[in-house]
Amino acid sequence: MSLFEDYYSLKGKMFQMLKPDGTLYSEMGAPLNDQETLQLYQRMVFIRLADQKALMLQRQGRMGTYAPVWGQEACQVGSAHALQKGDWVFPAFRELAASLMMGIPLKTIYLYWMGDEEGSRAPEGINVAPVSIPVGTHPLHAVGVAWAAKIKGDKTVTIAYFGDGATSKGDFHEAMNFAGVFKTPTLFFCQNNQFAISVPRKIQTASETIAQKAIAYGVDGIQVDGNDLFAVYTATKEAVDKARSGGGATLIEGVTYRFGPHTTADDPTKYRTDEEMEPWKPLDPLVRLRLYLREKGLWNDEVEKRLTEEAQKEIDRVVKEAEAVPAPEVEDIFKYVFAEMTPQLKEQMEYLKETLA
Amino acid sequence: MVKLNMVEAINLALREEMERDDRIVILGEDVGREGGVFRVTDGLQARFGDERVVDTPLAEAGIVGTAMGMALYGLRPIAEIQFDGFLYPCLDQITNHIGRIRNRSRGRFTCPLVIRVPYGGGIHAPEHHSESPEAILAHTPGIKVVIPATPNEAKGLLLSSIRDPDPVIFLEPKRIYRAIREEVQEGDFTIPIGKARLVQEGRGVTIIAWGAVVREVLNAVEELKGNKIDMEIIDLRTISPMDVDAIITSIRKTGRAVVVHEAPKTCGLGAEIIALINEKAFLSLQAPIERVTGFDIPVPLLKSEHYYLPNPQRIVAAVKKVMSF
Repeated sequence: MSLFEDYYSLKGKMFQMLKPDGTLYSEMGAPLNDQETLQLYQRMVFIRLADQKALMLQRQGRMGTYAPVWGQEACQVGSAHALQKGDWVFPAFRELAASLMMGIPLKTIYLYWMGDEEGSRAPEGINVAPVSIPVGTHPLHAVGVAWAAKIKGDKTVTIAYFGDGATSKGDFHEAMNFAGVFKTPTLFFCQNNQFAISVPRKIQTASETIAQKAIAYGVDGIQVDGNDLFAVYTATKEAVDKARSGGGATLIEGVTYRFGPHTTADDPTKYRTDEEMEPWKPLDPLVRLRLYLREKGLWNDEVEKRLTEEAQKEIDRVVKEAEAVPAPEVEDIFKYVFAEMTPQLKEQMEYLKETLA
Repeated sequence: MVKLNMVEAINLALREEMERDDRIVILGEDVGREGGVFRVTDGLQARFGDERVVDTPLAEAGIVGTAMGMALYGLRPIAEIQFDGFLYPCLDQITNHIGRIRNRSRGRFTCPLVIRVPYGGGIHAPEHHSESPEAILAHTPGIKVVIPATPNEAKGLLLSSIRDPDPVIFLEPKRIYRAIREEVQEGDFTIPIGKARLVQEGRGVTIIAWGAVVREVLNAVEELKGNKIDMEIIDLRTISPMDVDAIITSIRKTGRAVVVHEAPKTCGLGAEIIALINEKAFLSLQAPIERVTGFDIPVPLLKSEHYYLPNPQRIVAAVKKVMSF
């Protein structure tokens, strides 16, 4: 029986592997070896610190609006780890972790939120699309790329990341439907972080789960504990393998919690209380993994200190580099609109240069 | 009289009108408990309950499409689309249904609703949060498009928009949401839709603007002090239907004009305004009309946004060019 049959979304079961106390649910053991697990934990430490740094930079006026990933690290690290380099990723706007995992440099991510268009330029060979701020619009692109790969006979898999709010958009449903009809190698990864800005999950949809929306489209759907790195990785790996071998799309609902604000532009105390957050705090994805690693003898305070210091040093170096990037030139806002600048754009650019002279 | 900024003036207008008219329902993303991302609907859910001030699922086409249904059934929905860039998925509903239902049903069904949208750049917002789509909307038959330029104007124009028998898109220039504080008339007062505002009288050149750039025009006037250029400033207020008489009357007097808008230049409303002047006042013109606009590019991210936005310096240059022809 496959994982998706076992956890068929109408059974009301959430797939979990790692308990909040760091022990495993099953005798089957962990899906990743110790070395890999420690490496992923290291990435999660780095990501959390890089995320906090962005929040701090925003508060100091050194960065524009920023959407923190705080609390959702396992969803993104676990799922991205199941992909191969060259697979296509379509992030929403909270995907610092998945983007880093796929090879987008932190400097690029920081530049984007600092308001530099260069922050949307993925390095060659890294197929991570620019951030998609219009909610829920990009899963269609993930389907299109996957469909094209299928037509061309490539083994490429695509993944779209989005939140619970996006599942209310028509585009999301069209994407699911196309993926079902054309059996595209697409993963829909919904990070259900319980809020669309201030609007709680229960107002977003009357469905019992988001995973069960897959059923109507003839697509597999599974709900996983999004704060459980092992469960996220395992479910995503199975969906990736299935997609790569022609088995079609999967909707994965990672149940998680947004510890931070929607973005730096909002104040969560306006719409949620500390009491609401309290039960989620012990479910922190980093805490759980730390407990697991400690039990294995791979983690102690000293390890944490070393990982933190290394990460902090690297992040500080990247911030320095990002802040040293010169301000964009006039040409930069005109030259990428078309393959060749139109006469109108040339004229407008010259006019702007004159006014600045 | 109380001094309010535009956010407070709109909030007051909504509150007062909801007290008067229990058919009004506000719906949108985060408009309830949060009170709107700009706090425009702050406190309204607490006052009127969650059936009249409704947090909806995240679906812009859903919001305006259901608002149309509510309007058909006799309610007076006021939908909020959180940011300009998220209005685009609503265009199907607006263009194919909301703007047509009166005409298609030969007047049997009507759609009096308001869609409020914070719009325009200048607040260092993320991508898709700084759009100026007004020309697309003005180009759409069957809907009216209203854009206030000050807090008092916002209150009077919003009340007219809510009471209008036809659908109105109410674009709120978010750049000046809190930048201007002025006395706002208390109680029930309206400013008619379709009538421009003469901001400043003059005989030398007509400056035509709307929304946030009206303030930039006034800043340009400051910079031009001492140049003895006698400027007339028109705030269009409503871009559809446009107050053509106000424009033509002014051009007949001044013979010169500069149109200022933040939207891209090509097929922006400036083009329509210049065409109207050519049709109706060509022989009064003493100089080619200048446009000061955004460019034909996506609005840049914050580091380059200043390149894009029309500023007093560009307006001053255009005025001088028109005057020296």
